Amino acid sequence: MLELAAVQGVSVPTPDTQDSPLAIRGLTVSYGQKPAVFSVDMTVQPGAMTAIIGPNGAGKSTLLKAALGIVPMVSGQVTVYGKPLTEQRARVAYVPQRASVDWDFPTRVIDVVLMGLSRQLGLLGRIRARHMQRAADCLRQVGMQDFADRQIGQLSGGQQQRVFLARALAQDADLYLLDEPFAGVDAATEKAIITVLKSLKDAGKTVVVVHHDLATVTDYFDHVYLINTRKVAEGPVAQAFTAESLQAAYGGRLATAQIDQISHALG
Amino acid sequence: MVWDALTLQLGYNATLVAIGATLLGVSAGVTGTFLFLRKRALVSDAISHATLPGVCLAFMVLVALGGDGRNLPGLLLGSAVSAWVGLLCMNWLTRRTRLAEDAAIGAVLSVFFGFGIVLLTIIQTMGAGRQAGLEGFLLGSTAGMLWSDAFVIALGGAATLGLVLVLRRPMTLVAFDPEFAAARGLPVHRIDLAMMGLVMAVTVVGLKIVGLILIVALLIIPAVTARFWSERSERVVLLAGLSGGLAGYLGAALSASAPNLPTGPIIVLVSFGFFAVSLLFAPARGVLAAVLRHLRFQRRVHIRQGLLALAQGQTIYEPLTLRLLRRAGVVRADGVATETGKARAAKALRDEKRWQVVRADLAHEATAALYDGLRDIETVLTRDQIADVDSRIGGPQEVQP
Amino acid sequence: MNGEEFVPLSLTPLLIGTFAAIACALPGNFLVLRKQALIGDAISHVVLPGIVVAFLLTGAISTWPMMLGAAGAAVVAVVMIEAIRRLGQIETGAAMGVVFTTMFAAGVLLLEQTDTSSVHLDVEHALYGNLESLIWLDATGWSSLTDPQALAGLPPELPRIALTLAGVVLFTWLLWRPLKISTFDEGFARTIGIRTGALGMALVIAAAIAAVAAFDAVGSIIVIAMFICPPSAARMMTNRLEMQVGWSVLFAAFSAISGYVLAGYGPLWLGGTDAVSAAGMIATMSGLLLAVAARFGPCRTRAGAPVSG
Repeated sequence: MLELAAVQGVSVPTPDTQDSPLAIRGLTVSYGQKPAVFSVDMTVQPGAMTAIIGPNGAGKSTLLKAALGIVPMVSGQVTVYGKPLTEQRARVAYVPQRASVDWDFPTRVIDVVLMGLSRQLGLLGRIRARHMQRAADCLRQVGMQDFADRQIGQLSGGQQQRVFLARALAQDADLYLLDEPFAGVDAATEKAIITVLKSLKDAGKTVVVVHHDLATVTDYFDHVYLINTRKVAEGPVAQAFTAESLQAAYGGRLATAQIDQISHALG
Repeated sequence: MVWDALTLQLGYNATLVAIGATLLGVSAGVTGTFLFLRKRALVSDAISHATLPGVCLAFMVLVALGGDGRNLPGLLLGSAVSAWVGLLCMNWLTRRTRLAEDAAIGAVLSVFFGFGIVLLTIIQTMGAGRQAGLEGFLLGSTAGMLWSDAFVIALGGAATLGLVLVLRRPMTLVAFDPEFAAARGLPVHRIDLAMMGLVMAVTVVGLKIVGLILIVALLIIPAVTARFWSERSERVVLLAGLSGGLAGYLGAALSASAPNLPTGPIIVLVSFGFFAVSLLFAPARGVLAAVLRHLRFQRRVHIRQGLLALAQGQTIYEPLTLRLLRRAGVVRADGVATETGKARAAKALRDEKRWQVVRADLAHEATAALYDGLRDIETVLTRDQIADVDSRIGGPQEVQP
Repeated sequence: MNGEEFVPLSLTPLLIGTFAAIACALPGNFLVLRKQALIGDAISHVVLPGIVVAFLLTGAISTWPMMLGAAGAAVVAVVMIEAIRRLGQIETGAAMGVVFTTMFAAGVLLLEQTDTSSVHLDVEHALYGNLESLIWLDATGWSSLTDPQALAGLPPELPRIALTLAGVVLFTWLLWRPLKISTFDEGFARTIGIRTGALGMALVIAAAIAAVAAFDAVGSIIVIAMFICPPSAARMMTNRLEMQVGWSVLFAAFSAISGYVLAGYGPLWLGGTDAVSAAGMIATMSGLLLAVAARFGPCRTRAGAPVSG
């Protein structure tokens, strides 16, 4: 199959996207002939925690990856703080899905965290005490300080996820994009991650999370973005996370009882 | 001259080679297909290179026993044994250590080949000229092929084909979905080994004609070629055998028609010719078809997106979208929608609304899964169903200019 | 052995073999970790057609056109593999198999079609090299190392491989960080602005250059052993990339030296009279090293691979 060439138009920021940490217009991404994401818009609110939710295969991760230029888009425009991503890379940190890398890779936990500093270090910059200090700090924030010298393959899934988060923290970005950070992790890890994310938000950073657990949306997030190939709803949790929008996003795939439960929780 | 060659009128040797190469092509094509479908095509590279030490050791044993070192069945037996040892080494490395299969393949093929070269130089010192026949196994040498050689090749090729025929069902299952095969109680590991054993047999049979380096091509290229023409595994096997056999026959005939045309490389190049034609022109999977399909697809995406933007009164920024809309007569040169454009935009928006209803409705779950933003709703719902959906939406929506 | 014999006959082949092995092992570390070990296989097979084409174009056996020809062939091969993989939706291994066997066949055919009897270019040489012949006849002993006149008579392969090794070391050192990051986590590498496609291509070209330079010493097939065996053996010894690269250099040098010595003197010790192929012996030794590391290496098994949730 033809690798879909990126057909990017000229980016013309409109006033409402100017200040948005991440603004997406008319994004279509396709694997083969079936669009995974079709013509979606997204405007991330600064200083908020946003969950991207939708059923399996709805294009949640694809949306994030296309926004970051990891997968090519068929059409669409992406701006980060009003400018193209290529000019704003230092302000964006990305936490990929845990399964996307080879955990047998010969490297230690601390080395992975140091990768987050590579923009600061440049090609040949020496790793100095302050860099090690910073990496150790980031590990401490996710509760992994005791594992700095472990080979990454010897960690549990939740610990691996926290190492990835520590690497993103080391990047010291303004916008944090996380792809399913809570998938298959233990309760302690989930708690550690959400604590870190909330402290990021308190520091004025913007956090966007691809999320699959509807039950925790109201507890964890203040904005929500529902997608099922197309955008279904976007906005503050109280307004956008409703029974109707869930029904629209999940269709018959979500048990009505579950929706009732959620709308009940919403009050 | 070429015609004479194609009709097998270039003499005894050329005819023997042509028949041998055809049989080899068929059995390599058929066997290689299973390997390819199992996504382990390059295992054949390790197997073929690993034959070299066996050939050399067999030669040394034959000479030590006082025989002629160039006895073909003896050499082939030796090559089979060392290829099997190579295969076991590879399996051990991937199963027992952290090494991935590609590294294991590379390690086995290069180390066995290197060791084979060491043995070859030992044989060279055993007596001048006696190793001459052995170097032919690297690239094949069909000059002076004997009737008995051809007989061995024909017999080996036929036996391999017969075994493939017997094992084709379990091998297809394992190649397609090893986990499912294991769940059904098939001994996946042993079937894999049998598959490798067949590949080894083809390699050994092919040593004389194309040599150990190029036999890999005969195992891989026909299978890849055939894959372009069919989605059904039995047909792919059949087509691979056909294209392999044809390449063997044409290649052998061409190489006999002029001097300095070594058989092995010519067969490989003919085979590649078939591949190149298939890659470009195969009806569904070919490049040409894919390019056309992609351009059509991209056009649909942009026009649909443009129509929805028009219907919702949004500005269109993408130059490609604008150009396509203009060409379709949807917008005028200044970007304002035409009458047809407005109608089509309204229809697009309405379809989008219809889809929304469909996707929110449990009763339409199967239909809703077909949604991809591009599919026309008329293709999945009957007129009555659409009317029903419309009644839930309400009257037609006004389109902003 | 004294310097009078050692320096002219053994010093240069030993150095060339060692440099070649290290120059291949360095990029080999990354190829093995990227599961692209067989790119080394593909490259080494297409070196032959590259050299033949260069010879046909220039009409002479000269170093730089041949290096260019071979590196060009490697790039053509990689581009073709990538094109077939994407355009035809063919799995990488099969795409490689199609491309390198075809190019190799074309190389053999061209070679047979051309009259190369007057020059030293034959298939066997291309396949397994000629390390033993790279001797330094002008040398008379250790003192020759400071004698400019004798140094002028060094086999040209030695400075060439030394230069290549320096280039490969420089490449690895300069791009260490991006190489490590993109090998471990390509998606993340792209988000921090590393151009992973270009970097991957650069790695392949570096490997191709190493393969071409090593071609004289060990031939085109055995180069694969140098790409794969020392890094694979090193992988069994440590869980840190820095250490792994160190081990691989050590293993490469050990294979080259022990292989050369065993090929030259082993048969004599066993009562034979003639040396065996040094290139073949080097590959054999690297294989034995790998076998030992795979059996006894402290890190030989996979660390707890994560169960994805």
